[in-house]
Amino acid sequence: MLASHTETLALREQFETPAQQKEASSLGMWIFLVTEVMFFSGMFLAYTVYRAAFSQVFSVASNTLNVVIGAVNTSVLICSSFTMVLAVHAAQIGSRKLLILFLILTMLLGGVFLGVKAYEWNQKFEEHHVPGPTFHLDGTTQQGQAQLFFSLYFAMTGVHALHMVVGVGILLTLLIQAFAGRYTAEYNTPIDIAGLYWHFVDIVWIFLFPLLYLIGRHHH
Amino acid sequence: MITEAVQERETYLNASYGLKSWLLTKDHKRIGLLYLGTITFFFFLGGIFATLIRLELLTPKGDLVSADIYNKLFTLHGVIMIFFFLIPSIPATLGNFFLPMMIGAKDLAFPRINLLSWYLLVIGGCFGIYAMLAGGVDTGWTFYVPYSSTYSNTYVVATGLGIFIAGFSSILTGLNFIVTVHRMRAPGMTWFRMPLFVWANYATALIQVLGTPVLAITLVLLICERSLHIGIFDPARGGDPILFQHLFWFYSHPAVYIMVLPGLGVVSELVSTFSKKPIFGYKFVAFSSVAIAVLGFLVWGHHMFVSGQSVYAGLAFSFLSYFVAIPSAIKVFNWTATLHKGSISYATPMLYAFGFIGLFTIGGLTGLFLACLGVDIHVHDTYFVVAHFHYIMVGGALMAYLGGLHYWWPKMTGRMYPEGFAKLSALTIYLGFNLTFFPQFILGYLGMPRRYWTYPDEFQVLHVMSTAGASVLAVGYVMPLIYFIWSLRYGEIAGPNPWGATGLEWKTASPPPAHNFDETPVVTTEAYDYAALEAANVG
Repeated sequence: MLASHTETLALREQFETPAQQKEASSLGMWIFLVTEVMFFSGMFLAYTVYRAAFSQVFSVASNTLNVVIGAVNTSVLICSSFTMVLAVHAAQIGSRKLLILFLILTMLLGGVFLGVKAYEWNQKFEEHHVPGPTFHLDGTTQQGQAQLFFSLYFAMTGVHALHMVVGVGILLTLLIQAFAGRYTAEYNTPIDIAGLYWHFVDIVWIFLFPLLYLIGRHHH
Repeated sequence: MITEAVQERETYLNASYGLKSWLLTKDHKRIGLLYLGTITFFFFLGGIFATLIRLELLTPKGDLVSADIYNKLFTLHGVIMIFFFLIPSIPATLGNFFLPMMIGAKDLAFPRINLLSWYLLVIGGCFGIYAMLAGGVDTGWTFYVPYSSTYSNTYVVATGLGIFIAGFSSILTGLNFIVTVHRMRAPGMTWFRMPLFVWANYATALIQVLGTPVLAITLVLLICERSLHIGIFDPARGGDPILFQHLFWFYSHPAVYIMVLPGLGVVSELVSTFSKKPIFGYKFVAFSSVAIAVLGFLVWGHHMFVSGQSVYAGLAFSFLSYFVAIPSAIKVFNWTATLHKGSISYATPMLYAFGFIGLFTIGGLTGLFLACLGVDIHVHDTYFVVAHFHYIMVGGALMAYLGGLHYWWPKMTGRMYPEGFAKLSALTIYLGFNLTFFPQFILGYLGMPRRYWTYPDEFQVLHVMSTAGASVLAVGYVMPLIYFIWSLRYGEIAGPNPWGATGLEWKTASPPPAHNFDETPVVTTEAYDYAALEAANVG
């Protein structure tokens, strides 16, 4: 029996060449992102249906969200995507120091986003904008439909925030591994595909921000 | 001396020993066997619920169980059979074991994710079993709101979580298969040289990857609605229960093809091997799998003809549903054409293939009745529907699964099953199946609604036939359980290629070595090239 090659990080035993492994990993992540698109699409569909049906109430409800905070968070995420790209680049040129620096920066920005989000959610509780028996929204008589907006708001931003938490966890793992010197110019696929995931989560927010925060603006 | 050589040879089964070597294995073949054990358990668990349902329906009065218990019985039967048996059945066991071997790969692209997906199924199953033991769930496997979100007092959240987790198992299996087929094919194994079983599993994987996440988010919203009181499907707040049905069926109709497409792939292998001929119209059969996957996403509204969706949507969905018949018919006609002038042998797997072709055709044709708007309004939610989908799921998917299991058993274990006993069980299952489900077409046409635990006296004869058939069926299912286990020790030693089949999986030893092939195979011929096999054997 022929012995198979000794397994390394860049060449697991089921693969013939490192290039084949890298292509497989990256295709796998793209397919995973397709499943993520389908996952979020259920909520985007619900949003579309209800916004079309109850556009007036949705505008009123949207106006209560704090655009400045939303915009700040949007730019924080865009910056984090930038630092993520720099981390991927640092990994490709084999600079361990820069990789560690940019991973930390990306995590920090992710943390800022989550902190701001927590502050926003907390405000909703204080303003009685959480769906349930204590819900109340000024400026409309249709309290039920207003709750639909906030149900979608919490579901969409909640699922998004959960993806952010997972993303920060992934970055933390990569950071620990980077400290240990696991990633080199020859082998950095996990950084690359974690970057793809991070950008995806960023892009979801780019859609959520206008759909949730900006639809009511033209009523002023 | 030969026996000694067989015992000493290193195989995936004796490469390492101990519980840990199985629970932490990355070998797709071992993971396939882990799945086999798991889904066999769920199959018999779901079967217990089916037995209780049929016993209750033996008499017109509700005398065995109460209405509440009956609701839980059919819900648990559906949930377990669909999410924990049929969805993983062929892909996760036979696909896991043979897809890499059939394309000449050492393993799937992501062995650790493969193991993770088995654990997810087990964890999801534990949630399901917890819900069952804690008091059950009574919404039907469809979880329609607002009953599931607001009114039901049963364990909807635990069951929903179980299905959510098992869904990720299915997604990861699909993802693994797609990447493996794209990136791991052996030299010379072009797309159009792949066995049709691989094509079918590839098409299935596309559905798993595109459809399952939609079910996942639907269940998340349902669980949030139930436990956190958000109101996305709540009519009291303007929410739309029909939206839930759209989201649910967007996955759950394609899920029918997750269950049956791999079976279509198995039957292609069986028909070719046991008539010693290449599949007639190979490319049509390959593309018909992809066509079924694509069309499957365009017809979900035919489950909602009487739910209050718009008439125009109903018309469009009705029209589109007929199209599914085209690729399905292509397969049936091409198998028949393959049989023509073939050198047919009637081994057990082929009996299952014949059973499949007949029952799948009946199931498919009655599907056309249901796709027709006017007819559907008459038979909607009756036993006609129950009979129809059991012809596809049990007559189709399960027959193919059993056929495939008999076909590949010698490869998986290195030993033959007892042929006479196996033929008897195939025949028993076929007769038992028809006796169980054919009367249900008539019951439904006469107006017996599904999900009722009592019925008017005049339906009793048909129900008694159905219950009698179910007992025969149960005997038929227990037989393979016994003789497969028996064969592990006492079965005749199988050579590498007991059927004279052409696939790469038959070119390595039985059971295969840990890395499938002693050296990476190089493919030089088309699939099902019996002339080349003959020449190689003579040479």
